[in-house]
Amino acid sequence: MSQQVVAAPVAKPKWRRWGGASDAPESAWGKARERLAWTLVAPSVLVVAVVALYPLFQTFRLSFTNQKLASNDPWRYVGFAQYEFLLRNDGFQRAFRNTVVFTISSVAIETVLGVVVALIINSQFKGRGLLRTAMLVPWAIPTVVSARLWEYMYHGEYGVLNDLLVNKLPQLIDWIPFVGGTLASIFPSDGIAFTARPNTAMAAIVAVDVWKTTPFMALLILAGLQIIPGDIYEASTVDGASKWQQFWQMTLPMLRPALLVALIFRTLDAFRVFDVIYVMRGVAVETVSLAIFAQQTLVNEDRLGQTSAASVIIFACIGILVLIYTRLVRVEEA
Amino acid sequence: MQDKYSEEMSALLAGNLSGSMSRRDVLKRASALGLSASMISYLVRSNGTAAQDATPVPDPTAGRTIVVPQGLRTDLGGTRISAVLADPTDPNGPFLEAAIAKFGEATGITVEFIRGETSATDRLQSYRQQWAGQSGADVYQIDVIWPGVVAEHAVNLLPTLQDLASQHFEAIVANNTVDGALVGMPWFTDAGLLFYRTDLLEKYGLQPPTTWAELTMAAQTIQDGERGANPSFNGFVWQGNVYEGLTCNGLEWQVSNGGGFIVEADGTVSVNNPQAIAAFDRARGWVNTISPEGVTTFQEPDSFNIWIAGNAAFIRNWPYVWAASQAPESPIVGKVGVSPLPKGDGEGARNADTLGGWQLMVSKYSKNQEAGIEFVKYMCSPELETAFAVERSMLPTIASVYDAPEVAAASEFIPRLKDVFQGGAVARPSSVTGEQYPEISAIYYTELNQVLTGAKSGADAAAMMESQIKEALAGSDL
Repeated sequence: MSQQVVAAPVAKPKWRRWGGASDAPESAWGKARERLAWTLVAPSVLVVAVVALYPLFQTFRLSFTNQKLASNDPWRYVGFAQYEFLLRNDGFQRAFRNTVVFTISSVAIETVLGVVVALIINSQFKGRGLLRTAMLVPWAIPTVVSARLWEYMYHGEYGVLNDLLVNKLPQLIDWIPFVGGTLASIFPSDGIAFTARPNTAMAAIVAVDVWKTTPFMALLILAGLQIIPGDIYEASTVDGASKWQQFWQMTLPMLRPALLVALIFRTLDAFRVFDVIYVMRGVAVETVSLAIFAQQTLVNEDRLGQTSAASVIIFACIGILVLIYTRLVRVEEA
Repeated sequence: MQDKYSEEMSALLAGNLSGSMSRRDVLKRASALGLSASMISYLVRSNGTAAQDATPVPDPTAGRTIVVPQGLRTDLGGTRISAVLADPTDPNGPFLEAAIAKFGEATGITVEFIRGETSATDRLQSYRQQWAGQSGADVYQIDVIWPGVVAEHAVNLLPTLQDLASQHFEAIVANNTVDGALVGMPWFTDAGLLFYRTDLLEKYGLQPPTTWAELTMAAQTIQDGERGANPSFNGFVWQGNVYEGLTCNGLEWQVSNGGGFIVEADGTVSVNNPQAIAAFDRARGWVNTISPEGVTTFQEPDSFNIWIAGNAAFIRNWPYVWAASQAPESPIVGKVGVSPLPKGDGEGARNADTLGGWQLMVSKYSKNQEAGIEFVKYMCSPELETAFAVERSMLPTIASVYDAPEVAAASEFIPRLKDVFQGGAVARPSSVTGEQYPEISAIYYTELNQVLTGAKSGADAAAMMESQIKEALAGSDL
């Protein structure tokens, strides 16, 4: 929803050029054509206005009030007081920091792994179709279910991960001189409760997000790879370029538009993260995200005005990110 | 919605593990949750102890022990009211339907039985939305921590039902009274309890602990002894996740240590005191010693799963653990004891068991308040509570019901709990803090969880709790 609204200014100039002043003559025919165009887009404009613009406007309006969700108390407009309160609030600042850490680390890792995976499945080998399908499985599982699955796998008492690290792996590498005993000696014998430790909780959650979303990144990047013509590689091979040079000087630059689109999608998604964190760690301060903070403000404290202000801040952050990315895309195009 | 989803998921897993759910139920609920086929088949396979696959039939014997109380009004015949009494997964449904039918026969009042949301948080939210529109049902089931929040929408039951109220436990009636008005009539109750393994205490020559120090020592002794044969064994499991359940656990630790009630009845914020801080730090000391490191992420099903598998010597949990532990297919059947939670060692140390349970209220916006009050009078009568205890093992809120011979004949467990509710039961400070309670509880459990994970000291957390709770009570208008 938010992407559409912010992206609108980009589309506008093109529309004007097509419909009116610059090239079309100021004739009756031109006017009729413009009317027809307006009539045709009217339904979609109406739908967007009702389902996107109106709620957005309401959220903005509510963020300047002190309204409660379920109370008959009188309310009033409070100006920017909600924003001021939030920006000074410890809980909000913590949620903001967590969200930034989550977004940067998950998107960075997903992008690198996504490029690697896309390069692998773009090459010719037997069973490639099967692999492409299998790769998408983590992406196809609903986040709540996969977060629950991982929560059990991470579990300090009966999680499979601890079982591997404490029991299975040390036995497996036992015979290797020097290295063999090291793992057993550094890893605590009663395991680690990965989601419970303040210093491992966020990393554990980022890992789940990476597991789930890398296939999506890989898919978008694969699409970018497939439009690169194969003959330029042949030509450069003839010219004596190494595979390494081909990757850095041909593949990567030509992949940049696709990469930027993938980055936009993922960054926006990651910045609004709710489900994976809420399922795995609830409202714990080490991992609470902005979206969870806003949800708690509404559900637990009933503060409709404050939660609206928090949502507007999330919206504004996403808007800024989109502007930066679209600017990068345009620089790319120019 | 997410919250509800995860609760349903836990309920499904817990129900499946404990075998309290039939195969068909597991299948139905799992596919409703969108689980993959392989996951479902795993669940069904692991559901070894589940009842035979049989279509659930309405139990014709439900409500067989109900005796209709004397003195119900018959002049309201023909009135129709509606009542939110349970959630869709509540196994008490057939009993409640039978009770409603008998009420209709006796009074001529028709009651429409409505099932509300499963998650308590969602339920309160939907009640509030109905009241914001001054509409909804006539009678509502309300949680023990809601009186302060719902007071402005409830009929004061004191003028009409004072006699009945005086028969119920004082602590619960006091909890349900806001500014002198009785907001809800106690219906059934719950309290935090200590369950222990009698076989293990005997093996190590220990007595059931009466203080936290004794519990710590006993749990350590048993854990050290059992770990050799069973590396996953734990001394003591409880609930340390960042949620309402941690407020229940934390309140027990500090009240039992003479550390006050977080917010006192007169509105003083008392949480920042040495005895409460000592109680927090003591609990921190359990993490990674007698309790698993992950206990700071545990809710009830997590600790229950460890306990029911025979991997814990002690568990703090609600009364449902008794029935589940003593079920014929339980691996620890016949090896379980129960007592109030231990005392602390500070000045004013006592037993403290946090109150749970549900009340019935009549909506101020109801057009048939008299019929609603009559229904509450019927449902919360000694007669109905006796039948509820005998048939459904729900814990009564009336002392005399615990002594009733038919209750003793049906359950050896319920009569034992009378002392808990008369002596040790502690209400969360929800009535005094009113609408602010959810926020205050969130401050408390968020800070306390940080003590448990070692991110903060007990003293720092208590100071932070004090200042934030004061701020919340001062009622910022934002």
